[in-house]
This record gives sequence, structure tokens and C-alpha cells, in this order.
Amino acid sequence: MQTKLLRLLEEDCTHTPEQLASMADMTVEEVKAEIKRYEEEKIVLGYQAIVDWDRTERESVTALIEVKVTPQRGAGFDRVAERIYQYDEVESVYLMSGAFDLTVIISGRTLREVAEFVGQRLATIEDVTGTATHFILKKYKEKHLIFEKQEQQERELIFT
Amino acid sequence: MNYDSILSSRIQEVKPSGIRKFFDILEEMKDAVSLGIGEPDFVTPWHIRDAGIYSLEKGFTKYTSNAGMAELRREIASYLERRFQLRYDFASQIIVTVGGSEGIDLALRCMVDPGDEVIVPVPSFVCYGPLASMAGGTPVYVETKAENEFRLTPEELRSAITPRTKVLVLPFPNNPTGGIMGREDLEAIAQVLRGTDIMVISDEIYAELTYGQHHVSIANIPDMYERTIVVNGFSKSHAMTGWRMGYLCGPAPLIKQMLKLHQFGIMSAPTTSQYAAIEAMRNGDRDIEKMRDEYDGRRRYLVEGLRRIGLPCFEPKGAFYVFPDIRGTGLSSEDFCERFLMEEKVAVIAGNAFGAGGEGFVRCCYATSMKDIAEALTRMDNFLTNLKKKQARERGE
Repeated sequence: MQTKLLRLLEEDCTHTPEQLASMADMTVEEVKAEIKRYEEEKIVLGYQAIVDWDRTERESVTALIEVKVTPQRGAGFDRVAERIYQYDEVESVYLMSGAFDLTVIISGRTLREVAEFVGQRLATIEDVTGTATHFILKKYKEKHLIFEKQEQQERELIFT
Repeated sequence: MNYDSILSSRIQEVKPSGIRKFFDILEEMKDAVSLGIGEPDFVTPWHIRDAGIYSLEKGFTKYTSNAGMAELRREIASYLERRFQLRYDFASQIIVTVGGSEGIDLALRCMVDPGDEVIVPVPSFVCYGPLASMAGGTPVYVETKAENEFRLTPEELRSAITPRTKVLVLPFPNNPTGGIMGREDLEAIAQVLRGTDIMVISDEIYAELTYGQHHVSIANIPDMYERTIVVNGFSKSHAMTGWRMGYLCGPAPLIKQMLKLHQFGIMSAPTTSQYAAIEAMRNGDRDIEKMRDEYDGRRRYLVEGLRRIGLPCFEPKGAFYVFPDIRGTGLSSEDFCERFLMEEKVAVIAGNAFGAGGEGFVRCCYATSMKDIAEALTRMDNFLTNLKKKQARERGE
């Protein structure tokens, strides 16, 4: 399968089909057909903006939670993971190798909101045997994008 | 003081670039889009920057050997062999220079005597003629043609050669046209030069930026190695313009003399930059591919876009420039650029800034974001539509 188009979309999904066609060396029709297929086959799950909420009025807290669970016969970790990811508050869930089983990333308006979610929803799920919550203090980079405003070199225009 | 009598006549005869004024206007403009500057828009890859920083942390701040650090010259030799099948001895055939520009200057000044002629195909980067003049030589400009995709043909070369011809500058892949010379093209040029004492200065600074076919150096053509000085550098291939890192390779007896001039004029290229350059040579091949791939996408988009809105252009297979033909607009290159800037706030460079053969064309650089290229195309479309309307009104239609 051609992955060039996917890589371009992953980098910036706001490119027009015309731009994508040039960049991937495909026709516009091919690009449109491929994108449709990606969406239908869930190869592309969705399109979102990366927002730095710290630059807005809106309060936001994100936490990374290490979760230990008892895997279930027949379903392994999948059922527990599913019970966790159904919550709207949960941004991401990953199955991990190593000292704990699931990484759960959740975001809420306040520290209390997040703490309550962990204490009352997450920790009480049957088969969850332990949690460790780490609050994210500052985001530096996400999905290859840097949060801090980058200083630009002073541009003296030169003839090259 | 009458400074005119103090300044050498050679420098006073060198014309200042007319582009400056244009850039001053651009700088004051809000919402301007520039396809004007010929420089990678990428920052130097972090591992390369980090190598420079690390060398500073270690306190490596002294001069290096005049020709550049042996370690770097070894890496350059291995890189040239790996990527272009060029074999140079690091100890006697390579000088690390302050950018490719210094290499061109060194080569010209060490080979040109007063009265010697230097053949410069145009359109091309502006430095060759003035540097040849400063060396006491006489630049002889040869106009390459759009119908030949701005390649130098053997007939054009033959007609420019005189008994005083000392040097042929071969600036391919070419700034501003994006034209390249393939193996057969170079073979035809070599056929003219075999048996002469004419030296080639092959400016291969864009060698890594070719699309669809690999760059071939004229030094690879039979009998040409001994009559070629290859100039290259890190600016375009590794997005390292500000580091000022270039190199010069050629026959040992010439390099030995050029090293004297480099030693007196420069001493040694910046040490921090040399450490960064070692890292670039060792672990930078993937960066090159990544950037080239990105440029290639933008190139296709810009070429297709220009053709769609009615500006013919041949497919440029090198560097990061497209050179559309604007003769159909009835405007001169300079008028086109000035009106396009004033009416639509987009900067492109008049083709005649690169020599007479560039009249009727403009240079658009695609080393800028897709967003800017898309915006520039929309504005170009507007500009051309409005221009047509105005011209129709003036004709009383």
C-alpha cells in the first residue's frame, strides 16, 4: 500500500486534494478515492486540531495514569480497556509492556475533576488492581508540534 | 577624501545588485508572500546543530588545519564517493572553504590571469562574473535557451571559446532555472573540452537536489577529472546556509596553490561549523532524502499550479526554483516582478537579474511552505486575470 499520502495527511490534514496530489505524485481523483477508502477502512480515524489550551481562558488539566489490571480469561486486557475508554474524559488508552498494564490519559477542567474520576470511576472498576496518577505540568511537544513559541532568526533579506 | 580614486577600478566596475531596493519594499509590506529568497526554509537538523554545540562545550574553539580538519576531509571524501562516485584524496585534493562561494573565488583567483576569459553560462547565480573580474579576468557570458531547458549546448560553448579562454563555469543544477545537465549533456561538453587546457569550475552546490534522476558530476566524464574543480557545500543539501561550510576538490597541484590563498585570506573555516559538518556527513544522508522529498512535492505543486494559470514552464529537475516564461504577459521581467509585488504582495525575482538570458522569465523559489506556495499561486492567478483585463481595456476592447 502506498503510505506517502497517509504520511502527508498525518503531517497536515488541511492540505487540499490538489496539494496532496502534487506532493504524493498522484492524480486528484486518486487522492480523493484513497482518502475515502482510508476513512471507510478506519485507516484514518479522524481529523483534529492540536490545541494549546494554556493560551486560552479555558482551564484544563491532563493526567497520565498508570493502571494495573487483572487480565480476564478469554478477553485478556481488552475488556477492561474497553470499560475504561468508554468514558468521555479518557483521551487515550494504551496497553503497555513493563511494570504496569495500561496507560490512560485523561483530561478535565480541574485537578479535582480528574482526581474524582480516578478515585470514583477508574479505581473502582473490577479487575483494576492499582493506579498511579501523574499530572502533566507542561506540554512541550505533541505530534511533532512544539508548544512554545519559537524565536525566529532575524531575517535580513539577501540575494541568493 | 576622494574615495573613488582610492577604490580599485575593478570593484567600482562591479555593478551592485538591483534586487536590494525590491527587498526593502518587501520588508515593509504586511501579508507579503515571498518566493524570492533562495535558501532552504528548514532549520539545520538537530543532530547536526547538537554536534556544533557539543564541540563548543568541549572547548574546541581553536583554528583547525588550513585545509580543514583531516577528519572532516576524510568524511567529505567518503561522502563524495558514496553519493557521486567521485574519488578525491583527503590529504591533497580537498579544501574546506567558507561556503561554496569562497571555493569559487579561490578557484578563479588561482587560475585566472589578467586578460583570461571565463565562460559563464547565464542565467546563473550572480557571483561568477564579478569574481572573475576581480581576479583580473574577463567574463564571457553565454546565454542558455529555454528550448534547451537552459542546458549549455556544445555549440554554444564552442562559439564562446577563444585562445584566451581559461575557465568554464558549469553551474548545474542551476539557480535560477532549475535546469540540470545529464550524463549525455556533459559528455557533449567534454567532447568540446578534451585536448584543450580549459579548466571547468563545476558548481555543484545543488547536487543533492535533483528530482527523478541522480546528479552527475562532469568530473565523472572520461578525461574531465583532471580538468575539473568541483565546488560543493552543506548549505543546500543539509540546510546549513548560516554555518558557511563548503569545499573545493580538484587536481592536487591546483589545490596545493589554492590552499596558499585560503590560508592567507581565511586561515581556516569556522571550527564549530566543521564539527557540525562532520556529523552532517556521517549521519545526514536521511535528512537529505527527507528534505528532497519535501521539495519535490512542492516543486510539482508549483509547476502544475503555474501551468494551470497559464504560465508555461519547463519541468525543472534540480535545485529549488521554477523559472516560468512570462513573455506572454507582454511585460518585461522587472515590470512583472514590480507590479506583482505592488498589486498582489508576492515577491519573485526577475530572470534578468541572473544575466541577459533570463529576460522574459521570473524565478520562483519553492523552498517555502505549501501554504505560502498555494497563496502565491492564488495571487498570481488574480494578477494575471487583472492584467489581461487592463490590457484589454487599454486596447479599447
